Amino acid sequence: MEQPIRPVKARRRFVNFLLGTSIGGTLISVLYPVLRFLIPPEVVESAQSNVLAGRVSELRPNSGVIFKFGSQPGILIKTPAGEIRAFSATCAHLQCTVQYRDDLHHVWCACHNGHYDLNGKNISGPPPRPLEQYAVNVRGDEIFVSKG
Amino acid sequence: MKLVRVNGIYDWLDDRLGLEPLAAHAREKVVPLHRHSIWYYFGGMTLFLFGVQVLTGILLLLYYRPGEDTAFESVQFIIADVPFGWLIRSIHSWSANLMIATLFIHMFSVYLLKAYRSPRELTWVSGTLMFFIVLGFGFSGYLLPWNKLAFFATKVGTEVTGVVPVVGHFSARLLRGGDYVNGATLTRFYGLHISILPLAAFGVLFVHLLLIQRMGMSVPRSVEGQQMKTVKFVPNFALRDLMGWLVILALLATLATLFPWELGEKADPFASAPAGIKPEWFFIFMFQTLKFLPAKIGPVDGEVLGVVAFGVAALFWLLVPFLDRKSARGEKSPVFTLIGVIALLYITVMTVIGYLT
Repeated sequence: MEQPIRPVKARRRFVNFLLGTSIGGTLISVLYPVLRFLIPPEVVESAQSNVLAGRVSELRPNSGVIFKFGSQPGILIKTPAGEIRAFSATCAHLQCTVQYRDDLHHVWCACHNGHYDLNGKNISGPPPRPLEQYAVNVRGDEIFVSKG
Repeated sequence: MKLVRVNGIYDWLDDRLGLEPLAAHAREKVVPLHRHSIWYYFGGMTLFLFGVQVLTGILLLLYYRPGEDTAFESVQFIIADVPFGWLIRSIHSWSANLMIATLFIHMFSVYLLKAYRSPRELTWVSGTLMFFIVLGFGFSGYLLPWNKLAFFATKVGTEVTGVVPVVGHFSARLLRGGDYVNGATLTRFYGLHISILPLAAFGVLFVHLLLIQRMGMSVPRSVEGQQMKTVKFVPNFALRDLMGWLVILALLATLATLFPWELGEKADPFASAPAGIKPEWFFIFMFQTLKFLPAKIGPVDGEVLGVVAFGVAALFWLLVPFLDRKSARGEKSPVFTLIGVIALLYITVMTVIGYLT
Protein backbone atom coordinates (compact mmCIF):
# COMPACT_ATOMS: atom_id res chain seq x y z
CA MET A 1 0.00 0.00 0.00
CA GLU A 2 2.66 2.47 0.99
CA GLN A 3 4.96 1.95 -1.92
CA PRO A 4 3.08 3.84 -4.69
CA ILE A 5 2.75 6.97 -2.51
CA ARG A 6 6.38 7.87 -2.74
CA PRO A 7 6.67 8.10 -6.54
CA VAL A 8 3.40 10.08 -6.62
CA LYS A 9 4.76 12.51 -4.03
CA ALA A 10 8.07 12.73 -5.83
CA ARG A 11 6.32 13.41 -9.13
CA ARG A 12 4.17 16.05 -7.52
CA ARG A 13 7.25 17.69 -6.05
CA PHE A 14 8.85 17.60 -9.46
CA VAL A 15 5.79 19.19 -11.10
CA ASN A 16 5.68 21.82 -8.34
CA PHE A 17 9.35 22.51 -8.88
CA LEU A 18 8.79 22.96 -12.61
CA LEU A 19 5.80 25.22 -11.99
CA GLY A 20 7.64 27.23 -9.36
CA THR A 21 10.74 27.76 -11.42
CA SER A 22 8.76 28.65 -14.54
CA ILE A 23 6.73 31.22 -12.58
CA GLY A 24 9.95 32.53 -11.07
CA GLY A 25 11.63 32.53 -14.48
CA THR A 26 8.71 34.38 -16.04
CA LEU A 27 8.76 36.98 -13.27
CA ILE A 28 12.49 37.50 -13.59
CA SER A 29 12.33 37.75 -17.37
CA VAL A 30 9.69 40.47 -16.98
CA LEU A 31 11.22 42.33 -14.03
CA TYR A 32 14.84 42.32 -15.16
CA PRO A 33 14.34 44.36 -18.36
CA VAL A 34 12.00 46.73 -16.46
CA LEU A 35 14.56 47.33 -13.73
CA ARG A 36 17.38 47.78 -16.23
CA PHE A 37 15.19 50.18 -18.21
CA LEU A 38 14.73 52.34 -15.08
CA ILE A 39 18.46 52.84 -14.59
CA PRO A 40 19.67 55.54 -16.98
CA PRO A 41 22.53 54.55 -19.29
CA GLU A 42 25.96 56.11 -18.74
CA VAL A 43 26.35 58.87 -21.29
CA VAL A 44 29.88 59.25 -22.57
CA GLU A 45 30.70 62.93 -22.29
CA SER A 46 32.56 64.50 -25.12
CA ALA A 47 36.01 64.88 -23.67
CA GLN A 48 36.11 68.63 -23.85
CA SER A 49 39.33 69.45 -22.07
CA ASN A 50 39.91 72.97 -23.31
CA VAL A 51 37.24 75.65 -23.68
CA LEU A 52 37.11 79.34 -24.45
CA ALA A 53 35.73 80.62 -21.15
CA GLY A 54 35.73 84.37 -21.70
CA ARG A 55 37.65 87.46 -22.78
CA VAL A 56 40.08 89.48 -20.69
CA SER A 57 38.54 92.72 -21.90
CA GLU A 58 35.09 91.69 -20.66
CA LEU A 59 36.20 90.63 -17.18
CA ARG A 60 36.51 93.38 -14.58
CA PRO A 61 38.78 92.90 -11.56
CA ASN A 62 36.86 91.62 -8.52
CA SER A 63 34.21 89.85 -10.61
CA GLY A 64 33.29 86.39 -11.84
CA VAL A 65 31.29 84.78 -14.64
CA ILE A 66 29.85 81.34 -15.20
CA PHE A 67 30.99 79.53 -18.34
CA LYS A 68 30.08 76.20 -19.93
CA PHE A 69 32.68 73.52 -19.39
CA GLY A 70 31.24 70.60 -21.32
CA SER A 71 27.87 69.95 -19.74
CA GLN A 72 28.86 71.51 -16.43
CA PRO A 73 29.16 75.10 -15.22
CA GLY A 74 32.57 76.55 -14.41
CA ILE A 75 33.35 79.91 -12.81
CA LEU A 76 35.95 82.31 -14.14
CA ILE A 77 37.24 84.86 -11.64
CA LYS A 78 39.35 87.96 -11.91
CA THR A 79 40.67 88.64 -8.42
CA PRO A 80 40.86 92.18 -7.04
CA ALA A 81 44.60 91.96 -7.80
CA GLY A 82 43.78 91.23 -11.45
CA GLU A 83 44.71 87.55 -11.53
CA ILE A 84 42.47 85.22 -13.57
CA ARG A 85 41.45 81.89 -12.07
CA ALA A 86 38.95 79.19 -13.00
CA PHE A 87 37.13 76.59 -10.90
CA SER A 88 34.28 74.16 -11.21
CA ALA A 89 31.15 76.14 -10.28
CA THR A 90 29.50 73.10 -8.72
CA CYS A 91 29.41 73.47 -4.95
CA ALA A 92 31.09 70.61 -3.12
CA HIS A 93 28.21 70.48 -0.65
CA LEU A 94 25.00 69.67 -2.57
CA GLN A 95 25.88 70.66 -6.14
CA CYS A 96 24.31 74.11 -6.39
CA THR A 97 26.01 76.55 -8.74
CA VAL A 98 28.27 79.01 -6.89
CA GLN A 99 28.77 82.72 -7.66
CA TYR A 100 31.39 85.42 -7.12
CA ARG A 101 30.50 87.95 -4.42
CA ASP A 102 32.27 91.24 -5.15
CA ASP A 103 31.31 92.56 -1.70
CA LEU A 104 33.01 89.61 0.04
CA HIS A 105 35.83 89.27 -2.52
CA HIS A 106 35.33 85.53 -2.70
CA VAL A 107 33.14 82.72 -4.00
CA TRP A 108 29.80 82.00 -2.34
CA CYS A 109 27.04 79.44 -2.69
CA ALA A 110 23.53 80.79 -2.12
CA CYS A 111 21.90 77.44 -1.38
CA HIS A 112 23.42 76.68 2.02
CA ASN A 113 25.67 79.68 2.61
CA GLY A 114 28.97 78.03 1.70
CA HIS A 115 32.09 80.20 1.25
CA TYR A 116 35.25 79.53 -0.78
CA ASP A 117 38.36 81.71 -0.94
CA LEU A 118 40.09 82.83 -4.14
CA ASN A 119 41.97 79.53 -4.29
CA GLY A 120 38.69 77.60 -4.25
CA LYS A 121 39.30 76.44 -0.70
CA ASN A 122 36.19 75.92 1.45
CA ILE A 123 36.51 78.46 4.26
CA SER A 124 33.11 78.45 5.96
CA GLY A 125 29.66 76.90 5.86
CA PRO A 126 28.81 73.30 5.04
CA PRO A 127 31.01 72.55 1.97
CA PRO A 128 33.28 69.62 2.86
CA ARG A 129 35.81 70.01 0.02
CA PRO A 130 37.39 72.76 -2.09
CA LEU A 131 36.20 73.56 -5.61
CA GLU A 132 38.07 71.78 -8.39
CA GLN A 133 40.57 74.21 -9.90
CA TYR A 134 41.16 74.45 -13.65
CA ALA A 135 44.22 75.65 -15.53
CA VAL A 136 43.91 79.07 -17.19
CA ASN A 137 45.68 80.07 -20.42
CA VAL A 138 45.41 83.58 -21.76
CA ARG A 139 46.11 83.96 -25.48
CA GLY A 140 45.73 87.54 -26.49
CA ASP A 141 42.27 88.59 -25.34
CA GLU A 142 40.92 85.05 -25.08
CA ILE A 143 40.85 83.06 -21.86
CA PHE A 144 41.11 79.29 -22.31
CA VAL A 145 40.37 76.94 -19.44
CA SER A 146 41.49 73.33 -19.28
CA LYS A 147 41.38 70.50 -16.77
CA GLY A 148 44.50 69.57 -14.84
CA MET B 1 -43.96 58.63 -7.85
CA LYS B 2 -40.36 59.88 -8.07
CA LEU B 3 -39.44 58.19 -4.79
CA VAL B 4 -40.88 54.92 -6.04
CA ARG B 5 -38.71 55.14 -9.13
CA VAL B 6 -35.56 55.86 -7.10
CA ASN B 7 -36.37 52.94 -4.81
CA GLY B 8 -36.93 50.81 -7.86
CA ILE B 9 -33.49 51.64 -9.24
CA TYR B 10 -31.93 50.97 -5.83
CA ASP B 11 -33.66 47.59 -5.56
CA TRP B 12 -32.55 46.71 -9.10
CA LEU B 13 -28.93 47.54 -8.26
CA ASP B 14 -29.16 45.86 -4.84
CA ASP B 15 -30.33 42.63 -6.50
CA ARG B 16 -27.27 42.60 -8.69
CA LEU B 17 -24.55 44.16 -6.51
CA GLY B 18 -25.70 43.38 -2.97
CA LEU B 19 -25.68 46.98 -1.72
CA GLU B 20 -27.61 46.31 1.49
CA PRO B 21 -24.59 45.58 3.75
CA LEU B 22 -22.98 48.85 2.63
CA ALA B 23 -26.18 50.78 3.23
CA ALA B 24 -26.56 49.16 6.64
CA HIS B 25 -22.97 50.15 7.49
CA ALA B 26 -23.71 53.76 6.48
CA ARG B 27 -26.89 53.77 8.59
CA GLU B 28 -25.18 52.36 11.66
CA LYS B 29 -21.89 54.30 11.55
CA VAL B 30 -21.65 56.85 14.37
CA VAL B 31 -19.00 59.41 15.29
CA PRO B 32 -18.27 60.10 18.98
CA LEU B 33 -18.49 63.70 20.15
CA HIS B 34 -16.00 64.94 22.75
CA ARG B 35 -13.64 67.84 23.35
CA HIS B 36 -11.10 66.56 20.80
CA SER B 37 -13.65 65.94 18.00
CA ILE B 38 -12.48 69.01 16.07
CA TRP B 39 -9.39 67.07 14.94
CA TYR B 40 -11.56 64.56 13.11
CA TYR B 41 -12.17 67.11 10.35
CA PHE B 42 -8.63 67.54 9.10
CA GLY B 43 -8.38 64.12 7.47
CA GLY B 44 -11.53 64.87 5.48
CA MET B 45 -10.20 68.28 4.47
CA THR B 46 -6.98 66.69 3.26
CA LEU B 47 -9.01 64.20 1.24
CA PHE B 48 -11.06 67.02 -0.27
CA LEU B 49 -7.93 68.94 -1.27
CA PHE B 50 -6.49 65.75 -2.76
CA GLY B 51 -9.63 65.58 -4.91
CA VAL B 52 -9.06 69.19 -6.00
CA GLN B 53 -5.48 68.23 -6.93
CA VAL B 54 -6.64 65.32 -9.07
CA LEU B 55 -9.19 67.44 -10.93
CA THR B 56 -7.01 70.52 -11.51
CA GLY B 57 -4.04 68.26 -12.30
CA ILE B 58 -5.99 66.54 -15.06
CA LEU B 59 -6.99 69.96 -16.45
CA LEU B 60 -3.39 71.20 -16.45
CA LEU B 61 -2.33 68.06 -18.32
CA LEU B 62 -4.33 69.23 -21.32
CA TYR B 63 -1.87 72.08 -21.94
CA TYR B 64 1.34 71.22 -20.06
CA ARG B 65 4.23 69.99 -22.22
CA PRO B 66 7.20 68.46 -20.40
CA GLY B 67 10.67 69.19 -21.77
CA GLU B 68 13.50 71.65 -21.23
CA ASP B 69 12.32 73.88 -24.07
CA THR B 70 8.58 73.55 -23.60
CA ALA B 71 7.72 73.14 -19.91
CA PHE B 72 8.21 76.73 -18.78
CA GLU B 73 6.66 78.10 -21.97
CA SER B 74 3.59 75.86 -21.66
CA VAL B 75 2.95 76.98 -18.07
CA GLN B 76 3.38 80.56 -19.25
CA PHE B 77 0.81 79.83 -21.96
CA ILE B 78 -1.59 78.33 -19.41
CA ILE B 79 -1.30 81.41 -17.21
CA ALA B 80 -1.39 84.06 -19.92
CA ASP B 81 -3.54 82.68 -22.76
CA VAL B 82 -5.77 79.82 -21.66
CA PRO B 83 -9.11 81.09 -20.30
CA PHE B 84 -9.03 80.67 -16.52
CA GLY B 85 -5.65 78.98 -16.92
CA TRP B 86 -4.16 81.26 -14.26
CA LEU B 87 -6.93 80.21 -11.88
CA ILE B 88 -6.60 76.47 -12.45
CA ARG B 89 -2.83 76.65 -12.08
CA SER B 90 -3.04 78.87 -9.02
CA ILE B 91 -5.60 76.56 -7.42
CA HIS B 92 -3.39 73.54 -8.12
CA SER B 93 -0.40 75.19 -6.42
CA TRP B 94 -2.34 76.62 -3.49
CA SER B 95 -4.34 73.47 -2.95
CA ALA B 96 -1.10 71.45 -2.88
CA ASN B 97 0.24 73.67 -0.12
CA LEU B 98 -3.00 73.70 1.85
CA MET B 99 -3.22 69.92 1.50
CA ILE B 100 0.22 69.51 3.01
CA ALA B 101 -0.74 71.92 5.80
CA THR B 102 -3.96 70.04 6.66
CA LEU B 103 -2.05 66.78 6.36
CA PHE B 104 0.53 68.00 8.90
CA ILE B 105 -2.29 69.01 11.28
CA HIS B 106 -4.10 65.70 10.75
CA MET B 107 -0.91 63.70 11.28
CA PHE B 108 0.25 65.50 14.41
CA SER B 109 -3.23 65.44 15.97
CA VAL B 110 -3.44 61.69 15.35
CA TYR B 111 0.05 61.29 16.81
CA LEU B 112 -0.53 63.38 19.93
CA LEU B 113 -3.94 61.80 20.64
CA LYS B 114 -2.23 58.39 20.17
CA ALA B 115 -4.93 57.33 17.71
CA TYR B 116 -2.30 55.02 16.22
CA ARG B 117 -2.51 52.68 19.22
CA SER B 118 -3.86 49.16 18.89
CA PRO B 119 -5.86 48.18 16.85
CA ARG B 120 -5.20 51.09 14.42
CA GLU B 121 -1.51 50.47 13.71
CA LEU B 122 -2.08 49.83 10.02
CA THR B 123 -4.21 52.97 9.66
CA TRP B 124 -1.21 54.94 10.95
CA VAL B 125 1.24 53.12 8.69
CA SER B 126 -0.92 53.70 5.61
CA GLY B 127 -1.38 57.35 6.63
CA THR B 128 2.33 57.87 7.06
CA LEU B 129 2.98 56.26 3.66
CA MET B 130 0.40 58.65 2.24
CA PHE B 131 2.35 61.52 3.86
CA PHE B 132 5.58 60.40 2.17
CA ILE B 133 3.74 60.04 -1.16
CA VAL B 134 2.34 63.56 -0.79
CA LEU B 135 5.83 64.93 -0.09
CA GLY B 136 6.90 63.13 -3.27
CA PHE B 137 4.09 64.86 -5.14
CA GLY B 138 5.27 68.19 -3.76
CA PHE B 139 8.89 67.57 -4.68
CA SER B 140 8.21 66.28 -8.20
CA GLY B 141 5.49 68.83 -8.98
CA TYR B 142 7.72 71.72 -7.92
CA LEU B 143 10.13 71.03 -10.80
CA LEU B 144 7.51 70.77 -13.55
CA PRO B 145 7.28 74.52 -14.39
CA TRP B 146 11.07 74.37 -14.92
CA ASN B 147 11.88 77.62 -13.16
CA LYS B 148 15.10 78.73 -11.51
CA LEU B 149 14.10 78.08 -7.90
CA ALA B 150 12.74 74.64 -8.69
CA PHE B 151 15.83 73.75 -10.71
CA PHE B 152 18.19 74.38 -7.81
CA ALA B 153 15.80 72.90 -5.23
CA THR B 154 15.77 69.73 -7.32
CA LYS B 155 19.54 69.76 -7.67
CA VAL B 156 19.91 69.93 -3.89
CA GLY B 157 17.04 67.54 -3.22
CA THR B 158 18.32 64.81 -5.51
CA GLU B 159 21.87 65.33 -4.26
CA VAL B 160 20.53 64.78 -0.73
CA THR B 161 19.55 61.25 -1.77
CA GLY B 162 22.98 61.02 -3.42
CA VAL B 163 24.85 61.38 -0.12
CA VAL B 164 23.06 58.41 1.49
CA PRO B 165 25.73 55.75 2.07
CA VAL B 166 25.84 52.71 -0.28
CA VAL B 167 22.64 53.26 -2.33
CA GLY B 168 22.98 57.05 -2.67
CA HIS B 169 24.72 57.37 -6.01
CA PHE B 170 22.45 54.77 -7.57
CA SER B 171 19.22 56.36 -6.30
CA ALA B 172 20.30 59.89 -7.26
CA ARG B 173 20.98 58.69 -10.83
CA LEU B 174 17.67 56.84 -10.85
CA LEU B 175 15.81 59.99 -9.79
CA ARG B 176 17.64 62.30 -12.20
CA GLY B 177 17.64 59.99 -15.18
CA GLY B 178 21.40 60.53 -15.42
CA ASP B 179 24.22 62.19 -13.56
CA TYR B 180 22.87 65.74 -13.61
CA VAL B 181 19.56 67.53 -13.30
CA ASN B 182 18.42 68.28 -16.85
CA GLY B 183 15.59 67.56 -19.29
CA ALA B 184 15.80 63.85 -18.48
CA THR B 185 15.05 64.66 -14.83
CA LEU B 186 12.04 66.73 -15.86
CA THR B 187 10.64 63.83 -17.91
CA ARG B 188 11.16 61.46 -15.00
CA PHE B 189 9.53 63.77 -12.47
CA TYR B 190 6.62 64.25 -14.85
CA GLY B 191 6.07 60.49 -15.10
CA LEU B 192 6.41 60.19 -11.34
CA HIS B 193 4.01 63.07 -10.71
CA ILE B 194 1.22 62.09 -13.07
CA SER B 195 1.31 58.31 -13.07
CA ILE B 196 3.44 56.49 -10.50
CA LEU B 197 2.61 58.60 -7.45
CA PRO B 198 -1.13 58.84 -8.27
CA LEU B 199 -1.31 55.04 -8.63
CA ALA B 200 0.47 54.58 -5.31
CA ALA B 201 -1.68 57.27 -3.68
CA PHE B 202 -4.95 55.71 -4.80
CA GLY B 203 -3.86 52.28 -3.57
CA VAL B 204 -2.68 53.47 -0.15
CA LEU B 205 -5.59 55.88 0.24
CA PHE B 206 -8.06 53.07 -0.48
CA VAL B 207 -6.52 50.96 2.29
CA HIS B 208 -6.43 53.96 4.65
CA LEU B 209 -10.11 54.78 4.13
CA LEU B 210 -11.15 51.12 4.29
CA LEU B 211 -9.39 50.72 7.65
CA ILE B 212 -11.08 53.84 8.99
CA GLN B 213 -14.46 52.46 7.92
CA ARG B 214 -13.72 49.05 9.45
CA MET B 215 -12.57 50.36 12.81
CA GLY B 216 -14.41 53.65 13.20
CA MET B 217 -13.03 56.80 14.76
CA SER B 218 -10.47 56.45 17.52
CA VAL B 219 -11.46 57.92 20.87
CA PRO B 220 -8.55 59.55 22.75
CA ARG B 221 -7.46 57.77 25.92
CA SER B 222 -8.20 60.84 28.06
CA VAL B 223 -11.91 60.72 27.26
CA GLU B 224 -12.24 56.98 26.76
CA GLY B 225 -14.77 55.35 29.06
CA GLN B 226 -16.57 58.61 29.69
CA GLN B 227 -20.19 58.93 28.69
CA MET B 228 -20.27 60.78 25.41
CA LYS B 229 -22.72 61.74 22.75
CA THR B 230 -22.48 60.26 19.30
CA VAL B 231 -23.84 61.51 15.99
CA LYS B 232 -24.75 59.48 12.97
CA PHE B 233 -22.16 59.64 10.21
CA VAL B 234 -24.91 59.82 7.59
CA PRO B 235 -26.17 62.46 7.38
CA ASN B 236 -25.09 64.47 10.46
CA PHE B 237 -21.31 64.10 10.48
CA ALA B 238 -21.08 63.93 6.68
CA LEU B 239 -22.83 67.31 6.52
CA ARG B 240 -20.43 68.77 9.08
CA ASP B 241 -17.54 67.38 7.04
CA LEU B 242 -19.07 69.08 4.02
CA MET B 243 -19.08 72.36 5.96
CA GLY B 244 -15.37 71.90 6.59
CA TRP B 245 -14.84 71.33 2.88
CA LEU B 246 -16.75 74.49 2.06
CA VAL B 247 -14.62 76.49 4.48
CA ILE B 248 -11.42 75.18 2.93
CA LEU B 249 -12.79 75.75 -0.59
CA ALA B 250 -13.54 79.37 0.31
CA LEU B 251 -10.02 79.80 1.70
CA LEU B 252 -8.56 78.16 -1.40
CA ALA B 253 -10.54 80.36 -3.78
CA THR B 254 -9.52 83.48 -1.86
CA LEU B 255 -5.83 82.62 -1.86
CA ALA B 256 -5.79 81.46 -5.48
CA THR B 257 -7.47 84.60 -6.81
CA LEU B 258 -5.92 87.25 -4.57
CA PHE B 259 -2.42 85.78 -4.57
CA PRO B 260 -1.97 83.98 -7.92
CA TRP B 261 0.95 81.57 -7.73
CA GLU B 262 4.03 83.01 -9.40
CA LEU B 263 5.91 81.29 -12.17
CA GLY B 264 9.30 82.91 -11.65
CA GLU B 265 12.19 82.90 -14.13
CA LYS B 266 13.01 80.08 -16.50
CA ALA B 267 15.68 77.67 -15.25
CA ASP B 268 19.18 78.16 -16.63
CA PRO B 269 21.59 75.30 -15.87
CA PHE B 270 24.48 77.72 -16.49
CA ALA B 271 23.51 80.40 -14.00
CA SER B 272 24.54 80.75 -10.37
CA ALA B 273 22.03 79.78 -7.73
CA PRO B 274 20.20 83.02 -6.87
CA ALA B 275 20.60 84.52 -3.40
CA GLY B 276 17.71 83.79 -1.02
CA ILE B 277 17.04 80.41 -2.58
CA LYS B 278 14.75 78.21 -0.51
CA PRO B 279 12.83 75.01 -1.08
CA GLU B 280 9.09 74.82 -0.48
CA TRP B 281 8.07 75.59 3.10
CA PHE B 282 7.45 71.96 4.03
CA PHE B 283 11.06 71.06 3.25
CA ILE B 284 12.58 74.13 4.92
CA PHE B 285 13.20 72.48 8.30
CA MET B 286 15.41 69.89 6.57
CA PHE B 287 17.08 72.54 4.39
CA GLN B 288 17.82 74.67 7.46
CA THR B 289 19.25 71.69 9.33
CA LEU B 290 21.62 70.96 6.45
CA LYS B 291 22.64 74.61 6.47
CA PHE B 292 23.52 74.48 10.17
CA LEU B 293 25.50 71.26 10.06
CA PRO B 294 29.27 71.79 9.88
CA ALA B 295 31.31 70.36 7.00
CA LYS B 296 32.65 67.55 9.15
CA ILE B 297 31.25 65.90 12.26
CA GLY B 298 34.06 63.65 13.40
CA PRO B 299 35.21 61.67 10.39
CA VAL B 300 31.81 61.93 8.63
CA ASP B 301 30.60 64.66 6.26
CA GLY B 302 27.98 66.76 8.07
CA GLU B 303 25.40 66.43 5.32
CA VAL B 304 25.68 62.62 5.29
CA LEU B 305 24.94 62.53 8.99
CA GLY B 306 22.00 64.92 8.56
CA VAL B 307 20.46 62.96 5.72
CA VAL B 308 20.87 59.62 7.49
CA ALA B 309 19.35 61.11 10.66
CA PHE B 310 16.27 62.25 8.73
CA GLY B 311 15.98 58.78 7.18
CA VAL B 312 16.07 57.16 10.62
CA ALA B 313 13.50 59.67 11.91
CA ALA B 314 11.16 58.85 9.01
CA LEU B 315 11.46 55.13 9.75
CA PHE B 316 10.79 55.79 13.43
CA TRP B 317 7.70 57.83 12.53
CA LEU B 318 6.38 55.02 10.32
CA LEU B 319 6.84 52.40 13.02
CA VAL B 320 5.65 54.43 16.02
CA PRO B 321 2.60 52.22 16.79
CA PHE B 322 4.88 49.20 17.19
CA LEU B 323 7.47 51.06 19.29
CA ASP B 324 5.05 52.76 21.68
CA ARG B 325 4.25 49.70 23.81
CA LYS B 326 2.57 51.69 26.58
CA SER B 327 -0.03 53.19 24.26
CA ALA B 328 -0.60 49.75 22.77
CA ARG B 329 -1.53 48.51 26.27
CA GLY B 330 -3.84 51.49 26.76
CA GLU B 331 -1.53 53.20 29.25
CA LYS B 332 -0.28 56.79 29.33
CA SER B 333 2.81 57.26 27.19
CA PRO B 334 4.47 60.57 28.10
CA VAL B 335 7.78 59.77 26.36
CA PHE B 336 6.10 59.49 22.98
CA THR B 337 4.05 62.61 23.65
CA LEU B 338 7.32 64.42 24.40
CA ILE B 339 8.88 63.11 21.17
CA GLY B 340 5.87 64.39 19.21
CA VAL B 341 6.02 67.80 20.87
CA ILE B 342 9.77 68.07 20.25
CA ALA B 343 9.31 67.09 16.59
CA LEU B 344 6.59 69.71 16.21
CA LEU B 345 8.70 72.39 17.91
CA TYR B 346 11.79 71.46 15.89
CA ILE B 347 9.91 71.69 12.58
CA THR B 348 8.28 74.99 13.58
CA VAL B 349 11.45 76.66 14.90
CA MET B 350 13.61 75.53 11.96
CA THR B 351 10.96 76.69 9.47
CA VAL B 352 10.73 80.12 11.12
CA ILE B 353 14.54 80.46 11.18
CA GLY B 354 14.62 79.40 7.52
CA TYR B 355 12.27 82.22 6.64
CA LEU B 356 13.92 84.86 8.78
CA THR B 357 17.51 84.25 7.66
